[in-house]
Amino acid sequence: MARGIMEKKNMTLHLRVWRQKNASAKGKMVDYTVNDVSQDMSFLELLDVLNENLIKKGEDPVEFDNDCREGICGMCSMVINGIAHGPEKGTATCQLHMRKFKDGDTITVEPWRGTAFPPIKDLVVDRSAFDQIMAAGGYTSCRVGAAADANAILVPKDMAEKAMDAAACIGCGACVAACPNGSASLFVAAKVTQFAFLPQGHAERKQRVLNMVHKMDELGFGDCSNHGECEAVCPKEISIKHIAVMRREYFKAAIS
Amino acid sequence: MSLDSKIPSGPLAQKWDQHKFDMKLVNPANRRKYTVLVVGTGLAGASAAASLGELGYNVKSFCIQDSPRRAHSIAAQGGINAAKNYSNDGDSVWRLFYDTIKGGDYRAREANVYRLAQTSVNIIDQCVAQGVPFAREYGGQLDNRSFGGAQVSRTFYARGQTGQQLLLGAYGSMMRQVDQGTVQLFARREMLDLVVIDGKARGIITRNLVTGEIESHAGDAVLLCTGGYGNVYYLSTNAKNSNATAAWRCYKRGAFFGNPCYTQIHPTCIPVSGEYQAKLTLMSESLRNDGRVWVPKNKGDKRSPDQIPEDERDYYLERKYPSFGNLVPRDVASRNAKMVCDEGRGVGESGLSVYLDFRDAIKRLGEDTIRERYGNLFDMYERITGENPYKVPMRIYPAVHYTMGGLWVDYNLQSTIPGLFVLGEANFSDHGANRLGASALMQGLADGYFVIPYTLANYLASNSFSKISTDHAEFITVREGVENLTKKLLSINGKKTVTEFHRELGKIMWDYVGMGRTESGLKHALQEIPKLREEFWKNVLIPNDPQNLNKNLEFAGRVADFLELGELMARDALHRNESCGGHFREEFQTPEGEAQRDDGNFSYVAAWEYTGENKEPVLNKEPLDFENVHVSQRSYK
Ligand SMILES: Cc1cc2nc3c(=O)[nH]c(=O)nc-3n(C[C@H](O)[C@H](O)[C@H](O)COP(=O)(O)OP(=O)(O)OC[C@H]3O[C@@H](n4cnc5c(N)ncnc54)[C@H](O)[C@@H]3O)c2cc1C
Repeated sequence: MARGIMEKKNMTLHLRVWRQKNASAKGKMVDYTVNDVSQDMSFLELLDVLNENLIKKGEDPVEFDNDCREGICGMCSMVINGIAHGPEKGTATCQLHMRKFKDGDTITVEPWRGTAFPPIKDLVVDRSAFDQIMAAGGYTSCRVGAAADANAILVPKDMAEKAMDAAACIGCGACVAACPNGSASLFVAAKVTQFAFLPQGHAERKQRVLNMVHKMDELGFGDCSNHGECEAVCPKEISIKHIAVMRREYFKAAIS
Repeated sequence: MSLDSKIPSGPLAQKWDQHKFDMKLVNPANRRKYTVLVVGTGLAGASAAASLGELGYNVKSFCIQDSPRRAHSIAAQGGINAAKNYSNDGDSVWRLFYDTIKGGDYRAREANVYRLAQTSVNIIDQCVAQGVPFAREYGGQLDNRSFGGAQVSRTFYARGQTGQQLLLGAYGSMMRQVDQGTVQLFARREMLDLVVIDGKARGIITRNLVTGEIESHAGDAVLLCTGGYGNVYYLSTNAKNSNATAAWRCYKRGAFFGNPCYTQIHPTCIPVSGEYQAKLTLMSESLRNDGRVWVPKNKGDKRSPDQIPEDERDYYLERKYPSFGNLVPRDVASRNAKMVCDEGRGVGESGLSVYLDFRDAIKRLGEDTIRERYGNLFDMYERITGENPYKVPMRIYPAVHYTMGGLWVDYNLQSTIPGLFVLGEANFSDHGANRLGASALMQGLADGYFVIPYTLANYLASNSFSKISTDHAEFITVREGVENLTKKLLSINGKKTVTEFHRELGKIMWDYVGMGRTESGLKHALQEIPKLREEFWKNVLIPNDPQNLNKNLEFAGRVADFLELGELMARDALHRNESCGGHFREEFQTPEGEAQRDDGNFSYVAAWEYTGENKEPVLNKEPLDFENVHVSQRSYK
């Protein structure tokens, strides 16, 4: 069998996890201990092990969102020891590995919190507000079949790279969770900037930034006051400079 | 039942254009009278929902994740093929068609593949217009890289995040339609059954994954865009939520399942590190552009790679396949990795990995260039393994990645159930027995943007539809069936978790229905799987909370289906007494260890028909005719 592998299971970890049965129930922190943790495990695999233990004991497992486990789908979302996605810079929870922790550590695990992200269960929250913001302008209006040849419009390499830096956003919402104001500015700025840097985005440039920013405000996200927490926790290390670009775009659009 | 592939007549290059002209249209004013249920929001589903919404149909879109943008397509890394010939290296629609047919080991339909190659060109135009930030050259033109199974550079990419960028493009277009009111979103929903009325697909039953509510949705057609079933092996590169349930339940309602045994095992994945392992991580095939695959020449050589001198290394792909070298197709690369590990020349603690070495590329191009090309993949590798691939060679091993098999569809992407169309990885259509890298994204978008808008219109315009509401008796029956299944699962209250069953099934599948298959192994699997299934229905333990989010309950249903699908895969693999592409039967190989096809007996699509619980499925055959390419032994030497 290709899967019989030597494991280094040598850590015991104490977890304090937010438990909340559903949106209307009251939540609380609950303590658990997990033994035989390998340093090669991912953080989500640690929770998998905890959950298997809980199910066998007849208790409810801890619900948490996850899917690709490759740091790209943006599904996983938890605050670990007070930091959105945990201690490793530029890393989503699913890519955080236990070698970043020490035997005997106590780790707190909480959901994203914020008015615009209401709770669903345990560590799972409702982030559909992000979809609504995208529906307000996160696209170019090009009809299928109407596009010109892909090389008809040249895009300078550095602009394509800058657009890609912004487009790398995975929409996880860590920026909102970390922001003292619960602002979605980094998320919105990433999309606005991607299109501001590309000629394909120009036709709708003004309307896009106005609509997306207004939608963000309407949905109860806070304002940006330059704390920089968003940039610090972003698993794709999207720079706060994008917010400056968004502001400039907004200002230009608002006065014209 | 005889299978009608509905391939249009006429010369290959004109079939699609002629067919588009011959098909019926739906008048713009009438389109909003039709409701189309699109299940899945990956590249196939999102592009279909966006295009149909744009045309004015009334679209309902469903996905398991909390947002359509998180569908598994988001994880695709390396790129998307298109026959643009921007590299002036001899590419053409014909060559992409030919490479795909050959790459699929002559087990795909010529007409479908030709259409795919034709539309590939439009896909790139569409995506660029959507603002997909593809990699560019200094002059501002689009850049290309090479992928396996091709000698031209035709792969477009956005760093190592091509799937993400393409999906966000399609998702954006779809969200625009949400804003315009043509597309309605139903996230955190799982389709659990299909409703067939008067012989036509007319609705679906879904579970609201947050409240547990079982819901009914009626429509005039159902588009299944639910992805592949690689997770039947438990460990695969697929996202955790990828599953076969929607497809499987449609199979049980009469949709035939095509070539279930054709599975792609990807050669470059991060090796397994422990039993707790929940999934495997792909290292994009694009890495084989610059990385060199090798193992020590001597068995059991435990020296660290930098201590092994050049003349004691075996760059076995370059040695055996000088013209394609490290860029042979995936099935060939995977099989060779297994072969050298079986010989005892594998590396790493377990001996179950081979090196993918960038030393020479870094020397030639500099670390910065390599970082620019693959930086995010190298970072990911380091995060997972704790090793720095700029300094020590990566260690890789094959892992289950993609399923070429899927629901059988005709040229119009319609299954054997009228009104049920299947798009993307969920269908069996274009890749034969082996898919070439960067062709899945192409197929998903071709199906959604450029094929279904025409073929669906033709179906709608050619049929009449009685008004049906979800109070219809058939809806009620199917819905009760779904409710009862949930109750039954929760009432078992056994001792083993869903994950434990899934892991056990995965082990059987990997050992006996994996990279190397034998008659005796498959027969063994055909005994073990039903046993495990029986145990599952007696002994599974699921947290009893049907009215809140309950991932284990969702997974229980999916694993129950995998336990049936796995058996069909083994059955299909056993009946196919030949090797082709990803289906390697050890009894059928050439003296050099390559796949030995048997065109005389097996040049057909195996389309399995469900006949009832615990009854043997019936095998239907769609013969494959090759009128345009010369069928030969695949050679990459
Ligand atoms: C790690 C990785 C890298 C890859 N890289 C490449 C690459 O570089 N190039 C390439 O061409 N291909 C690549 N592939 C393959 C390619 O990504 C997939 O084949 C393709 O994205 C599948 O798209 P899809 O739209 O068919 O399905 P998916 O993207 O899998 O989407 C399935 C959708 O169906 C929904 N769904 C499933 N079941 C249900 C249900 N019962 N009810 C409701 N909704 C349901 C899901 O929520 C999801 O929205 C890669 C695959 C992997 C795993």
